[in-house]
Amino acid sequence: AFLSSFILDSVCWEVVGVVKLWNEWCRTSNTTNVLPTDSFCLFYRLISDPTVLLCQCSCYVAEDQQFQWLEKVFGCMQKEGLQVTILSTCPVADYKTQESTLTLPSPFLRALKTKEFKGQVCCPLLEQPNIVRDLPAAVLSYCQVWQIPAVLYQCYTDVIKLDTVTIEAFKPLLSSKTLKSLVKDVSESTKILKKLLTTNETHSNIYI
Amino acid sequence: MFVPCDRGGGAAGSDFKGFTLLMPAVSVGNVGQLATDLVISTLDMTKVGYFYTDCLVPMVGNNPYATAEENSTELSINAEVYSLPSKKLVVLQIRSPFIKNKYRPFCQTLLSWVKSSKCARVVLLSSSHAYQRDDEQLLGTPLRYLLTPDLEKAVGGLMQELNWKEMEKVATYPGINDTEKVLHIPGGGITKLLFTESCSEGIQMAVLLKFCSEGDNIPDAFALVNYLNEWLQLIKSEVSASSTDASSQWKVPSSWRLLFGNGLPPALF
Repeated sequence: AFLSSFILDSVCWEVVGVVKLWNEWCRTSNTTNVLPTDSFCLFYRLISDPTVLLCQCSCYVAEDQQFQWLEKVFGCMQKEGLQVTILSTCPVADYKTQESTLTLPSPFLRALKTKEFKGQVCCPLLEQPNIVRDLPAAVLSYCQVWQIPAVLYQCYTDVIKLDTVTIEAFKPLLSSKTLKSLVKDVSESTKILKKLLTTNETHSNIYI
Repeated sequence: MFVPCDRGGGAAGSDFKGFTLLMPAVSVGNVGQLATDLVISTLDMTKVGYFYTDCLVPMVGNNPYATAEENSTELSINAEVYSLPSKKLVVLQIRSPFIKNKYRPFCQTLLSWVKSSKCARVVLLSSSHAYQRDDEQLLGTPLRYLLTPDLEKAVGGLMQELNWKEMEKVATYPGINDTEKVLHIPGGGITKLLFTESCSEGIQMAVLLKFCSEGDNIPDAFALVNYLNEWLQLIKSEVSASSTDASSQWKVPSSWRLLFGNGLPPALF
């Protein structure tokens, strides 16, 4: 959602690829006539600068498919000069700390970076004994092993549904070197943010 | 597959000829993995590479053996290799469970790496469900060992001297026919598969395991690592007059904090 509001728009970005997964977690109703844009994993490329790619993965990638997802996606990319940024969210209840999680000022960001990543990190690093799982972990592991600079920003939030506060927790990233040049006009962002949230709200309403 | 950390000329990092490979089985109580953590942490071993595989669930985190601010920001993944050339020891630590149907491919990849890197022998730390013990196993020590025929020739005598107990075989058809016996390690994860594959491939492997249950397995980890130390003598074990409690000589890694959850909210009281 953060990326949709602040970075993506139809003018500057074009869809260049999809990853189709067979996955019982994916809610595809019609498997024979799936359009590329119906897929849950879309790749966009910045028209003005084809070296910038954006991936939006809105479904859960099962653990036995994560490796294959990685191999397919990174197999198509040139690894020289590649830099990867991963954005992810996680329930704050999973965060291990000396204090109770009730007193933590959530949402908050924590980062993990590979050895090769030499850039500035916009928030504190993830403290031990916390770990990251699933696709973000798979991507970061791949980058660490194959010496690709990569950084993961994990947002710990106490809200299950999409909400502005969690999305805005990612705002410090807008000033980072990688994303600075990609940011859209601020006023438009707020409009899109509102739209995203209202569509979700109507779905979750059980009353007509 | 093994991927060294250092891609440069340094072949020292990935030359394990004649080394002992120590590794855990992902088994009940994660005892093998906890014991391996103790070895890596106490001996301050250096990370030399990753075991990159699609057989384990991915996970990442910062350095679990961090001792200070400076060394706490190194990223760790689910399977890493550490080495201590002075003791000819190489350790593979596994930090996540196996993906369904991936036991056999993992065993095959691991054993082919053992052969190609010319490790002298493999020591597998494992555990087995305590509730599956028979009446005789309930008495005496909960620690057991197993040796492949090739290693039996080399160190079988030493095991006798140490007064160690070999893992008993169980009847294949209990109650019906007690003559046919088979190896049975419930809760041991890949232990039995890896052991039987090593036997047939002529690899020198020892399995050290402890009967335990899920719960606070830190004491089990200490027991297993002290058992290992009786044989490999990795650290000097000081035997005091009253007891042989050598747990204080093993360094607990910083990542063992908060194993049983966060602090309590004050509002609870």
